[in-house]
Amino acid sequence: MHGQKAFLSGNEAVAAGVRLARPHVIAAYPITPQTTVIERLAEMVEDASLKTEYLHVESEHSALSACIGASAVGARTFTATSSQGLLYMAECLHYASGGRFPVVMMNANRSLALPWNIYGDQRDSLSLLDCGWIQAYAEDAQESLDLIIQAYAIAEHPDVLTPLMINLDGFVITHTYELVSLPSQEGVDAFLPPFQTVNKMDLDHPMSLAFTAGPAYNQAFKQLQHQALLSASKVILDIEERFGQFFGRNYSGLIETMHCEDAEFILVTLGSVAGTVRPVVERLRSLGERVGLVRIRYMRPFPDLEIRKALAGAKAVGVLEKDISFGYEGTVFTNVNSALSRSNVKPSRLLNFIGGLGGKDISAADIEHLFLRLKSTDDGETVAFI
Amino acid sequence: MNYPVWQRSFKPPKDLAEYPVGTAFPAGHLVETNASWRSQRPVIDAEKCSSCRICWLLCPDGVIHNTKPEGLEIDYDYCKGCGICAKECRQKAIRMENEGI
Repeated sequence: MHGQKAFLSGNEAVAAGVRLARPHVIAAYPITPQTTVIERLAEMVEDASLKTEYLHVESEHSALSACIGASAVGARTFTATSSQGLLYMAECLHYASGGRFPVVMMNANRSLALPWNIYGDQRDSLSLLDCGWIQAYAEDAQESLDLIIQAYAIAEHPDVLTPLMINLDGFVITHTYELVSLPSQEGVDAFLPPFQTVNKMDLDHPMSLAFTAGPAYNQAFKQLQHQALLSASKVILDIEERFGQFFGRNYSGLIETMHCEDAEFILVTLGSVAGTVRPVVERLRSLGERVGLVRIRYMRPFPDLEIRKALAGAKAVGVLEKDISFGYEGTVFTNVNSALSRSNVKPSRLLNFIGGLGGKDISAADIEHLFLRLKSTDDGETVAFI
Repeated sequence: MNYPVWQRSFKPPKDLAEYPVGTAFPAGHLVETNASWRSQRPVIDAEKCSSCRICWLLCPDGVIHNTKPEGLEIDYDYCKGCGICAKECRQKAIRMENEGI
């Protein structure tokens, strides 16, 4: 089940994963820093190594609309976007989740205008957290590729039938080259069975698709969406376990923890910045500091139980995110705080560090400073820009 | 032409498990009526009606049916009572009657 190794950027790893998953339809519109994903896919179609209906659409709104339409005839679909493009899709995001069409999308996390900026932060996807999609956040190219393959198995699972958005930090992941293990096509074919659904246009069983539901019935459909997202928590674990059996790479579910068992001071974060936190944790550990890291891999479904468990022994917790809900606090912080407030896990200090907006660098020295702030008992701002 | 009609035999789902997965269901199912805000109803006077069908053409909700040989028929399950048919009728064959409160 193991294929070859290749030196790929995050975007190229996504394209490689998409080819292995054999989508019937790809519809996408280019936007920095997503562009090389769909360029590679177009090249694969051109050299006939990928057999798919590749639609060159005129906008992101059309890209996702086309994927929804294709999914509604039972096709496996892929699209990719970023930033303004994701916002332009916003209406269709709800159509896809409400219609239970398991579209898989890659989003290159990028800042939102104004001021205009093409660099990475996570305000684009986090501002659309409530659109009913599963949201995963990758840390590197290998995880991006593996998430694409797992994404179809998760999204198309009968208990889930919900679209899935895989987020890669713009440039830091999308454009960084790494050695990536490519699963074999035979392996992926065996891991990922063809998409089956009753929720489709079928001439033998004609259905009214994308119907209206008035006040008496509408809420029930929303409850079912909520149930499907909650069910995804277990499905993700099952799919990851099966993926490990097939390809030898194991993932840790909705979160990944590092030294949390005995950590007093824990940073919670997501995406590529975890890669900067990790060596800082190791260094501080070598100096005897009891520090730890929680990397959130899925924001929806939200890993509330996992986070409570990981933070159970912490004296102070900092949530570091490239996002701000203007006028309040970071959205990741809101979610972590909510998970803790519904439990008896109460770290004495819970701080929100906002950084990396518009691509602002977060250095190892910055991270070390954040741990110092967690250790200090000074009363500072709960929400602080770094 | 067959029009979708209110399925009086439709039994509402008892719980979430009886709902369809996604928004897909056998076609032609109108499970609810949609006329509750009508304050006046159009009534066709068959004596005056010349069957010109201008009301059938102009009804914005498509609820005037031209399916029976004896004349045009208004589907009061879905008519919103806008009065366009009465306004446009050249024979003055449609009158608007107050709905009971």
